[in-house]
Amino acid sequence: MPPSAYDDGVQPPDDRTGHAPSARRSRDLVILSLDDDDRALLDGGHGPGAKAAMELLLRYARVVDAESFVPIASAHIDGCLYHGPSGLDFVNRFRALGARVRVPTTMNVAAVDVTQPPLHRGDPALIAEQSDLTAGYVALGCMPTLTCAPYQRIIRPRFGEQVAWAESNAIVFANSVLGARTDRYGDFADLCAALTGRVPRSGLHLDARRIPRLSLHMSTIASAGLPRDLYFATVGYVTGTRAGSLVPVLSGLPADTTEDDLKALGAAAASSGSVALFHATGITPEAPSPNALAALDLPTLRVDATELHAAFARLCPVAPRDPVAAVCLGTPHFSWREFQDLAACIRDAGGPARVPVFVSTAREIAEAVRADAMAASFDAFGVTLVVDTCTYLAPVAPDAPGVILTNSAKWAHYGPGNLGRRAGLLDMARCITSAVAGVVVSS
Amino acid sequence: MIQGGSADSRTVVEGLAEGPVVFLAVPLSLWGGLDLDRGTICDTTHPDVGRTLAGAVLVMPQARGSSSSSSALVEAARRGLAPRAIVLGAPDPILTIGALVADFLYGLHIPVVTASPADLDRLRHAAYAIVDAGPGGARITVPIRPARPEAPWDRS
Repeated sequence: MPPSAYDDGVQPPDDRTGHAPSARRSRDLVILSLDDDDRALLDGGHGPGAKAAMELLLRYARVVDAESFVPIASAHIDGCLYHGPSGLDFVNRFRALGARVRVPTTMNVAAVDVTQPPLHRGDPALIAEQSDLTAGYVALGCMPTLTCAPYQRIIRPRFGEQVAWAESNAIVFANSVLGARTDRYGDFADLCAALTGRVPRSGLHLDARRIPRLSLHMSTIASAGLPRDLYFATVGYVTGTRAGSLVPVLSGLPADTTEDDLKALGAAAASSGSVALFHATGITPEAPSPNALAALDLPTLRVDATELHAAFARLCPVAPRDPVAAVCLGTPHFSWREFQDLAACIRDAGGPARVPVFVSTAREIAEAVRADAMAASFDAFGVTLVVDTCTYLAPVAPDAPGVILTNSAKWAHYGPGNLGRRAGLLDMARCITSAVAGVVVSS
Repeated sequence: MIQGGSADSRTVVEGLAEGPVVFLAVPLSLWGGLDLDRGTICDTTHPDVGRTLAGAVLVMPQARGSSSSSSALVEAARRGLAPRAIVLGAPDPILTIGALVADFLYGLHIPVVTASPADLDRLRHAAYAIVDAGPGGARITVPIRPARPEAPWDRS
């Protein structure tokens, strides 16, 4: 096993004194080696913008104790969400330096759906501010994908590929489901990676950091007695609570687990904890075989149906007959397959909805849905497609009293704090029947 | 308590700053947790909700949270509402890149240092601290009483 690389917050005593380690964490001297490409970037061989970005990454590399840099195949930017003028200042500084991304670079969600201004209930100035920020990133060569599920696009990272992705759900999906390799990048570092085409070789870029450190035996879907989407949402939420920042390996998931199931699981685990990589035995590409898992001799926890139901209760503090203000689906952005599931729920529910039903997705998927036969049933039911953003950030739900229902543990986790609204996690079918009733239905 | 004492620590981002100590036993995500209009803690689930971080020496044994916290730090700095220095238990890439970008964009120096658990614990009850983070190492000094309410380098 590698040294205490995973043990965030658990520091071994100092060998010599037996006391807690010093601020230097009693580790060996880390020497950062630069190759010819690194030096060319730092010398300005790729322009002053790439040089400035590399200088920031060099400082970053020292913080994460990297010994070298690693070239990346793609980047996914989260810094394109408008937080204030400083975000625009950052992009414009690089534009002024003539910078250009050196790898294919996608963009995460924005703060507002600029294609549908009437939906926006916040400060009207935000639409122009966000448009300027998006244009700034596009001018640097980024693709305006504006989605938190870039992995649902046709082109996506391959197994083993080194990438620099931001946005917690995209990170955990790329690492866990695709077997690509990214550490947890955030605002500013993401653009520096795109402009240089490299990142410090540390964290989840390294083999040793991808080994599971905790084994979670999950209640099966049958014994949990939860609808399928609630099962994966609560399994993910408990995974994050139990694992924190450790890499967990999960067993007990159904053999027919889909990418959408893993998407919901990962997004939940990255919300309740800092999970950036999980393995699922027999399902995800880097999961250890049963023999290898036994050899690791990991600490093991059983997650029973009671614990999953407790997570559900925590994320769904609502009672039958509570008034519903809106339904928000698509956190992370809905896939084509999830829209088909929604169409089936709507068929079964009758309808129409008495409250707005918002579904967040990417522009290209929205376009395909609008061109499909299901669009007519969505219109008749009262579904509004939201693109470019997420409804837990962008205030689109009306101020009507009542709870906002969602089938996303991530929405239920962050929505109340971001928007000051009550939220309740339910399975998609019950979200839709509740939308028809205008109140939370009991089943 | 290190009244009149000082402790060595590791420099993550260089700088020299001083201010009243705000010790957060519960980690705070600056994104969603820091009111960018006031510089105060706005996470209603946080025990220190309402305290101001503007101009403070922020001491946080554990960093937490969203990768957008770097943006929150830079935006707070631009508005003059950021902490003057940050003392952590372990290096945190998110807050570090925020401090680096505050310097890159606005020439604002927010030193970031890491301190040992023992030194962090001594800062728990300190009222005021001076953080001097140089290339060779950092020193945190807790004066018996503040040398002066505001030093000229505070408003760099």
